[in-house]
Amino acid sequence: MASYLAKRLLRSILTLFIILTVVFILVRQMPIEGYFPNYEKMTEEQIRNGIHQMGLDQPIFVQLGNFFKNLILHGDLGTSRIYRNNVAVTEILAPKIPVSIKLGSLSLLLSLLIGLPMGTLMAKYKGHFFDHLGTGFIVLINAVPAAVYYLFIQLYGTELLNVSLLFNANNPKSWILPVFSMSLGNIAYYAMWLRRYMVDESRKDYIMLARIKGVDENSIMFRHIFRNSFVPMVQYIPTSFLNTVIGSIYIESLYSIPGMGGLLVDVIKRQDNTMVQGIVLLYACVGVIGLILGDLLMVLMDPRISFTKKGGDR
Amino acid sequence: MPLIKHPKIESLEQHVSESLKQQLSDEQLFSFADFDEAEVERTGLSNYSYWGSTLRAFAHNRLAMLLLLVMLLIVIFTFIQPYLPGQFDAFLVSNNEMGLPLRNQPPDSVHWLGTNSIGQDLWAQLWSGTRTSLFIGICVAFIEAFVGILMGVMWGYLRKLDFIFTEIYNVLDNIPTTIVLILVSFILRPGVGTIIFAMSITGWIGMARFVRNQVLIIRDRDYNVASRCLGTSTWRIIMKNLLPYLVSVIMLRMALSIPGAIGSEVFITYIGLGLPATIPSLGNLINRGRELMMSPSLRYQLIYPTIILSIVTVSFYIVGNAFSDAADPKNHL
Repeated sequence: MASYLAKRLLRSILTLFIILTVVFILVRQMPIEGYFPNYEKMTEEQIRNGIHQMGLDQPIFVQLGNFFKNLILHGDLGTSRIYRNNVAVTEILAPKIPVSIKLGSLSLLLSLLIGLPMGTLMAKYKGHFFDHLGTGFIVLINAVPAAVYYLFIQLYGTELLNVSLLFNANNPKSWILPVFSMSLGNIAYYAMWLRRYMVDESRKDYIMLARIKGVDENSIMFRHIFRNSFVPMVQYIPTSFLNTVIGSIYIESLYSIPGMGGLLVDVIKRQDNTMVQGIVLLYACVGVIGLILGDLLMVLMDPRISFTKKGGDR
Repeated sequence: MPLIKHPKIESLEQHVSESLKQQLSDEQLFSFADFDEAEVERTGLSNYSYWGSTLRAFAHNRLAMLLLLVMLLIVIFTFIQPYLPGQFDAFLVSNNEMGLPLRNQPPDSVHWLGTNSIGQDLWAQLWSGTRTSLFIGICVAFIEAFVGILMGVMWGYLRKLDFIFTEIYNVLDNIPTTIVLILVSFILRPGVGTIIFAMSITGWIGMARFVRNQVLIIRDRDYNVASRCLGTSTWRIIMKNLLPYLVSVIMLRMALSIPGAIGSEVFITYIGLGLPATIPSLGNLINRGRELMMSPSLRYQLIYPTIILSIVTVSFYIVGNAFSDAADPKNHL
């Protein structure tokens, strides 16, 4: 177990290092307009001076070394040039991160609260109306791009709830739609897998024995089938975590929520190289950390899973 | 205990080997036996045919058949639409009698779905956009399948490469795909090629892993071991013994990656990294419709592209799933 964890952490650190390097080198290939707020008005001389000041004329590996040194020693991600000139990226990000975390955790909580009961009910009434309704919902959510149904939820949901289109942190009602939209994908995901596991579980012999013995149907459903099907569900938590993180990019920008995702769209449109680099790196870290946490959770939840022997696949 | 051979068995063995020698020379014994349908029917063992049964099982699913029809009609229609009478060019700006562009004209008998904010016919734009989006989706699906199968088969079949591939996979799989999509589109110049590249660059990983797991399961089955012992080349084993086994599931993954790619295009267009406005695509149309959605009278410009997009993605999704169910021999009659 300990050696598995050590290996897992080491690999994640290696992954992060590779991502940081690749992203850094790729962003260097961008046109240099992305480093100057008023590029069109600048003379050749000024541009050359600016580039020299920022150290962009040094060989790429020297730049990379400096970047890592600053990141590790000072936690410095560079300085924004266009979004807010000469303000450190970390300083811009600091107030945005808590908003995103709050939104993401609320959405994960909501999707568990709706998705799990939904999957259970679908398995319980398999082949009946509720099951068909749920299946229809799952197909729609999986097939129709999120980018499209988010729009319609915003369009008609705001009319229905009588709130403004844009987010207002002080109005609790305006949290409902963003959190709900972000949860939809995960609700369908949880419901689909839980239903499948519960249906498989209910065909096993011990369930039949319990029925023959006359155990109460509800007790079979919740004390046996649900509990045994819940354990494999844990493996879907990392993916749903990633889904939430990605969904936040679109949702935050759609509702103008002052979080990281909205900011990413903003700085992409304004072509601020250092900001894009900083946020992309942050998102990559969040993704990697989410996957580690998911793996750990899986080890903790199910003592039968042993990672020491496993090779390739997670 | 010494092995005592019954005289009868001995004579039988002799008889068999002699008759084999008479009929087949060594060269013939170690040549490839190709599948010949006529030969199969002559033996009369079974009239089971894999594809026949798959099609029959698929035809039982009425909804999937209907959606398959819808899907085919849409695909065909996107190609013939520009040649039908009474159609506008997707880029033509229509003018009214005063010579001014017909902006945001509601649907009528001339412009079936109205015009957009610069006076182009929405119906023509819609089909042109569907064509682009389908093209992107199908290209991504094929590239993913090609690269994924190639890598997956090498990963699963060649034992020496397994370790390296697994380590590479573990690193790549940790990177959120949307982040790669955003980054690649941010760095390259916007265009159809960029979008296809950005989506395929991560898409093949899932396919490769899936193919690898399947290959690992079947590579050491008896018939493959037998083939190897008889000296069949690796290439032939892969092409004749492994891949046909995977066809149905590969097709499912391809069918599902088309709606995925169409959806990603909408997303990437929204964050401002999509196709240039001069190339109509469903993402571009929806994004332009979104900008106008606040005025209820112009909402048709958002709703029509969404309807087409939803029909396309839902049909691909359901048909793909139904086909994979039908292709599973367990569901054959």
